[in-house]
Amino acid sequence: MDASIALILAQDGITTGAVYALLAVGLVLVFAVTQVIFIPQGEMVAYGALTIATMQSGVFPSTAWLLLAMGAAVFAMDLWNWLRRANAGTDHVTLARSALFNLAWPALACMLLKTLPLQALALPVQVLLTLAVVAPIGPMLYRLAFEPLAQSSVLVLLIVAVAVHFVMLGLGLLMFGAEGMRSLPFSELRFELGPLAMTGQGLSVIAASVLIMVALSMFFNVTVAGKALRATAVNRLGARLVGIDVRRSGRLAFLLAGLIGAFSGVLIGPVTTLYYDSGFLIGLKGFVGAIIGGLASYPIAAGGAVLVGLIEAYASFSASAYKEVLVFTLIVPVLAWRSLTSHSLLADEEV
Amino acid sequence: MQAWLRSRDNLARAGWALWMLAIVCGALVPVPEFWITLANYIGLYSLVALGLVLMTGIAGMTSFGQAAFVGLGAYASAVLTTSYAASPWIGLLAGLALVVLTACALGLITMRLSGHYLPLGTIAWGLSLFYLFGNLEMLNKFDGITGIPAINVLGLNLQSGRHIYVLIWLTVALAVIAITHLLDSRSGRAIRALKGGVVMAESCGVNTARTKLLVFVLAAVLAGISGWLYAHLQRAVNPTPFGLNAGIGYLFMAVIGGAAHVWGALFGAALMTLLNDWLQELLPRLFGQSGNFEMIVSGMLLLLLLQRAPAGLWPLLLRMGQWLWRGRRRADAPPSHPQAVTPAGMRSPQAARALAQRDKPAAGTTVLEVRQARKTFGGLVAVNDVSFSLQAGEILGLIGPNGAGKSTMFNLLSGVLPLSAGEVHFMGQRADGRPSRWMARAGMARTFQHVRLMPAMSVIENVAIGAHLRGHKGWLAGVLRLNRTEEASLFAQAQAQLDRVGLGSHALREAGSLALGQQRILEIARALASDPAVLLLDEPAAGLRHQEKQELAQVLRQLSQQGVSVLLVEHDMDFVMGLVNRLVVMDFGTRIAEGVPEAVRADPAVIEAYLGGVE
Repeated sequence: MDASIALILAQDGITTGAVYALLAVGLVLVFAVTQVIFIPQGEMVAYGALTIATMQSGVFPSTAWLLLAMGAAVFAMDLWNWLRRANAGTDHVTLARSALFNLAWPALACMLLKTLPLQALALPVQVLLTLAVVAPIGPMLYRLAFEPLAQSSVLVLLIVAVAVHFVMLGLGLLMFGAEGMRSLPFSELRFELGPLAMTGQGLSVIAASVLIMVALSMFFNVTVAGKALRATAVNRLGARLVGIDVRRSGRLAFLLAGLIGAFSGVLIGPVTTLYYDSGFLIGLKGFVGAIIGGLASYPIAAGGAVLVGLIEAYASFSASAYKEVLVFTLIVPVLAWRSLTSHSLLADEEV
Repeated sequence: MQAWLRSRDNLARAGWALWMLAIVCGALVPVPEFWITLANYIGLYSLVALGLVLMTGIAGMTSFGQAAFVGLGAYASAVLTTSYAASPWIGLLAGLALVVLTACALGLITMRLSGHYLPLGTIAWGLSLFYLFGNLEMLNKFDGITGIPAINVLGLNLQSGRHIYVLIWLTVALAVIAITHLLDSRSGRAIRALKGGVVMAESCGVNTARTKLLVFVLAAVLAGISGWLYAHLQRAVNPTPFGLNAGIGYLFMAVIGGAAHVWGALFGAALMTLLNDWLQELLPRLFGQSGNFEMIVSGMLLLLLLQRAPAGLWPLLLRMGQWLWRGRRRADAPPSHPQAVTPAGMRSPQAARALAQRDKPAAGTTVLEVRQARKTFGGLVAVNDVSFSLQAGEILGLIGPNGAGKSTMFNLLSGVLPLSAGEVHFMGQRADGRPSRWMARAGMARTFQHVRLMPAMSVIENVAIGAHLRGHKGWLAGVLRLNRTEEASLFAQAQAQLDRVGLGSHALREAGSLALGQQRILEIARALASDPAVLLLDEPAAGLRHQEKQELAQVLRQLSQQGVSVLLVEHDMDFVMGLVNRLVVMDFGTRIAEGVPEAVRADPAVIEAYLGGVE
């Protein structure tokens, strides 16, 4: 491997690493706020990529039906609670808001997708529509699968997350079929920079990732909702005591994770051909980054994810068949290191 | 007949006989081939799920990676029998050797992971091994290996599914028996204690790291056997059934069936296999399209189950069965507390031998000495250069207001927390820096401020955990039931300790059904079962009624006459003052007084600490 190849691989690694980094940030966010290890993040990526690819081929994406169905289920749950009055938090306003978010929004999205000439739309509109359809699946998942078990241990939540991953994988095959798809590139731009062939696509992936991370950090540091999320992450009980609705924090975290996942899918869609089941591996690699950050630190998680991208790029050059073997074998020592440094005997069980 | 069936043991025997009959009938009676095929898969999945029950449900370690071990067992035999024309039995041995080696290597790392890191680790190596299967030239990459020969048993070639069916189900039956035997043995109790937390198990002398590894390897071996059978049933292997999705599926089977129950594994495997088969038939017809419907449905089923019945379906089934049974027996049965199955060690009490006893130190010798012990948490000094000593046969009270550092001191003495500075000497040996397992071996037993029992185990089995270090038989002796004498002796000892503290008549109740005060007493019995030289008691009188306190004090006095030293942390002053020989008083991490109760009671520093000084 000479210097120029190394440089090209580094470029590849940083591009995919940027997407992993986004996912890592989403995973850290969800875990910090809700203690859920959001394994289905990968499916959000696949759904995002395949939805925009379907749209670009002029076909109505089935994810919209899923959104409609899940929205109806969540609303039914809210309606049931409202009828029983069991949940003191469910008053008329909440019910109306639930109808807006879970019924009106999906219906509107479906209508738009049915009427608009999908193939002819400008790329930004396609992206927005994709986000509008895929991102709300995040909070709906939270409502249906995780919120009823919010008090459970991390382990139970992890098993639930894996179950959700299973369901979404099955649904993915049902909605998109077994064929792979690749969406259209954002830009056809190409230019030479020394030995490197830069592509507009690669640059826009990196730029978008950086932009989103900056936006997220602004959100966390400036807005009230962002601060409430951070407070929930630091201490759930404390946050509740000062009047933060931690359930709403959870939903918001999942909405952000859904947005991040779907957008990552949009970003990575033109780079590689994606299948209904490709998301899991992509999500898992983001995950490795998140674990390097101990599921707690955003910058370390992002850095770790870029590192995973780099390792993957070099591994695919020197031992392409064993790329996945290498990446996932590397997790085990990282996990061991994390487990040993962040947990003592006593952190697990109060004596 | 009815009376005979009323005994749980007889009921179990009847169940086993029926089961064996079903296995034989399946092979002889012309059952449709299709049913046999289903039954074969249920058997194969059951084996893996049984391992998961042991590992996840009973020992509390979640694994998503079991399918990889199935793959190792399958591929090892596939390669040896096709490329090297070896006998499948050689393939089995080689496969198991490979599985054990791999499991040891992976287990040494993953079993050290705590909390959610452990299942994530299993996902990671599960994926690694899958991609390894799919990329190795030797394994023919993703195409896999075909033309695997059938297994030959005593000249009979198990060509058809009907023939191998008998082998599969006999293996499952053996596995069930082995696990049931194992769990009802000394090693099994150690395994079951893992779920109660590392601290409790270690304080009873259980080597938790080694026990976890044992469980991990045993579960992997079961998966490997399943893989071997699979390879020779299918006569072909490829990587797909050994991927992560399969691993997740196995865990779902165990959790849906009821992860803490041996029979739950079989039930879960059967349910999921039948359901999948039915769904694969039905759903495509309904939707006119093929897809992984079984994934969707099994995932949703699991979601629903975790939200409604997190213990799985088998316990529900049991409860339903009991309800029906009781309905038939009407009101003649007295209302009873949940009873555990009689442990094997209690069935032949005549086999019991007296256990060796520790030589108690001569009265007056120093058994425990603390020199300038110091513990800091960041900037907080929780224990500030405290020194004291405990003599053989003495009852020493450690008291102080809330936040005085008593519990920290307790954890320093029992080896749970490391000291920041200072020394602890126990039974004439330097003891600081030693793990609590070492302390237990040297003769220290303890109880916990927040009771730590295994609520689903019987009272007497909880006590038997305490006697862990007084037995020596390993897991294999447990599986083969070569431990009868030792088990009988351990249970005789446990029963003796229960009688001593007054819980003798509750031996077979589930520990979780006792009142809190009784649970505290039970912890003391557990501690006594280890034949300790020093007993550390953390607030033993909390939650006890007056009468119970009197009895507890009586037991402790009796112990001290027998040469056992007692150190107790306690808030109940009446209890302490009437019982102890000496008191050490701590406040803000510092020792502020020491002496006989009367002197301490009059000490101005103590009065100030408890009642506040004159401003």
